[in-house]
Amino acid sequence: MRSILTVYRKELADYFSSKKFIILLALVYVAALSSVYVSLQNIREVAKATEEHVFLRLFTTSGDILPSFITFISFFIPIIGIIFGFDAINSERASGNLSRLLSQPIYRDSVINGKFLAGVTTLSIIVSSIVFIIAGIGLRTIGVPPTSEEILRIFMFIFISICYGTFWMGLSILFSIIMEKTTASILVSIAIWLFLMFFLPIIANAIANAMAPLEGATLSTQLKNYSIEHGILRISPSTLYSESIVTLLVPTGGHFLLRPVLTSDVEKMLLKPLSLGQSLIQIWPQLIVIIALAIICFAVSYIIFIKQEIRST
Amino acid sequence: MSAEEKNVIIKTRDLCKTYNGKLVVDNLNLVIDEGEIYGLLGPNGAGKSTIILMLLGLTEPASGTINVAGFNPTKEPLKVKRITGYLPEKVGFYEDMTAKENLAYTAELNNIDYKLIPKKIDEVLEIVGLSQNKNQLVKQFSKGMKQRLGIADVLIKDPKLVIFDEPTEGLDVEVANQILDTIINLNETKKITFLLSSHQLNLIQRICHRVGILSRGKLIGEGKIDELGRKLFGGGRYRIEVEVSEPSQQLFEKIKALPEVINIEQNQNVLDIVSDKDLRSTISRIVTDSSIILTKMNIKEYALEEIYLKYFKEEQS
Repeated sequence: MRSILTVYRKELADYFSSKKFIILLALVYVAALSSVYVSLQNIREVAKATEEHVFLRLFTTSGDILPSFITFISFFIPIIGIIFGFDAINSERASGNLSRLLSQPIYRDSVINGKFLAGVTTLSIIVSSIVFIIAGIGLRTIGVPPTSEEILRIFMFIFISICYGTFWMGLSILFSIIMEKTTASILVSIAIWLFLMFFLPIIANAIANAMAPLEGATLSTQLKNYSIEHGILRISPSTLYSESIVTLLVPTGGHFLLRPVLTSDVEKMLLKPLSLGQSLIQIWPQLIVIIALAIICFAVSYIIFIKQEIRST
Repeated sequence: MSAEEKNVIIKTRDLCKTYNGKLVVDNLNLVIDEGEIYGLLGPNGAGKSTIILMLLGLTEPASGTINVAGFNPTKEPLKVKRITGYLPEKVGFYEDMTAKENLAYTAELNNIDYKLIPKKIDEVLEIVGLSQNKNQLVKQFSKGMKQRLGIADVLIKDPKLVIFDEPTEGLDVEVANQILDTIINLNETKKITFLLSSHQLNLIQRICHRVGILSRGKLIGEGKIDELGRKLFGGGRYRIEVEVSEPSQQLFEKIKALPEVINIEQNQNVLDIVSDKDLRSTISRIVTDSSIILTKMNIKEYALEEIYLKYFKEEQS
């Protein structure tokens, strides 16, 4: 047990003193602060429409040019996760530290557990610090304190974001174990991220349109088109993540993302916000899948690392 | 050797290992006594590193048994690693940490009491002569300094056995000799057993008590260097070539009469002498006493390299 803590402490110190951490932190802070600045400019307009959940709008209001905080964060979390994990094992191997480390009287899993925990800790610190900073700025400038429900929603949002980041970190650690070169592991991780983020929507759209053409389509074909497109998109954890955080942070109507709703119906509906419990029920499947993916990535990395033959060269 | 030193520290019986169906370690029976400096020699790919990894429990043997200081490395790797220091061929450190920080990390992984760590670090850095560089970042270290830091790194756990993979690889002769001197020193003062693996025979032979010659995973020769030499060449350790102005029968007989001389041959002006000792001063005295001019004298120590080459020639034929 002590050896896990020793590895954990050393890795944590490494993260905090590394240049990549400082650059990443600065980048995320600048992006987040600019997005909160924009949302503060527009929040009065938005708040006029509804009075509910004004505090949460800090995170979701976008400006004319800049997107909202949640758009930023869903973009940055995978990058943070990938950058924290991509060289976890292969850089140790390349530098000749791994065999020296493994010849110490420690179990082999202490190395990977310590590294993983240190990564999750750093990720948690980045995500929660930025959310708290924004909340603090918001509290001072808009002067509306958050309700207890809003606070719970924010914590839930932080939790999901950490799980989502952990998934990406686990994935890039996995590649750092399989691949010898750090350049290869970062490229593959980024390629997967780019594919899921940018190309999957295009592909999903194309397939949906091919299987159920929208031109002059009946209502049921439109529905089919929508179902196909969203079914494909939900392969991607980034879709699951954005669906769940939007549902969570936009209690009024955010969950419309989850399933098709006719515009005619929306007009008839009374737009009442969902309670926290209702929102959680809506995103339960998404949440479970994100957590499961993070666990699977870690478990696979763990097993491969433990079974891997240590070769001298 | 005292009785205590004869305790066996490493013993393998019929050890085999295969990689992708290829036998890389073939029925190895290796016995190393406590307090020895043992050189495991062989060309690249002979299976040296694989043997070392199995001794440490980092790789599992296909068959056979291993015993390191009474423990089975496959089943009790932690117990073996607690008393065994291993210096891999490409030793690496965290470049952005100082020498002290790197050693402190190793010390903590070895469960050394926090309070004792600073003292321990000073002690091992003193031994390898890096006290001045304690707070320097490792990335500023030269290859030789890193190798010395590597020795400090294994010493921090007070090992009984140190396994050193290619200790002189990539170092110039002077630095390599410094490293080897440190090894001799540690062997004598701290009674640490060393297992060195190398293909640089000329450097290693100076310090090894015994060597084992490895080829394709098999131990094809083992013993003290001069024993190995004698067995192969049927002669002593030194070859002295003496060229004189006018050789005489008297001179030939005089040298032949020396008790250390094993064999002597005359080839026109040149005398070829095989002996167990360095006889240069004695011979030059005899030559000058006989009022003959000594034109040239060469001495060749039996290099392990010759032994080694001879083994491989025999192996191939």
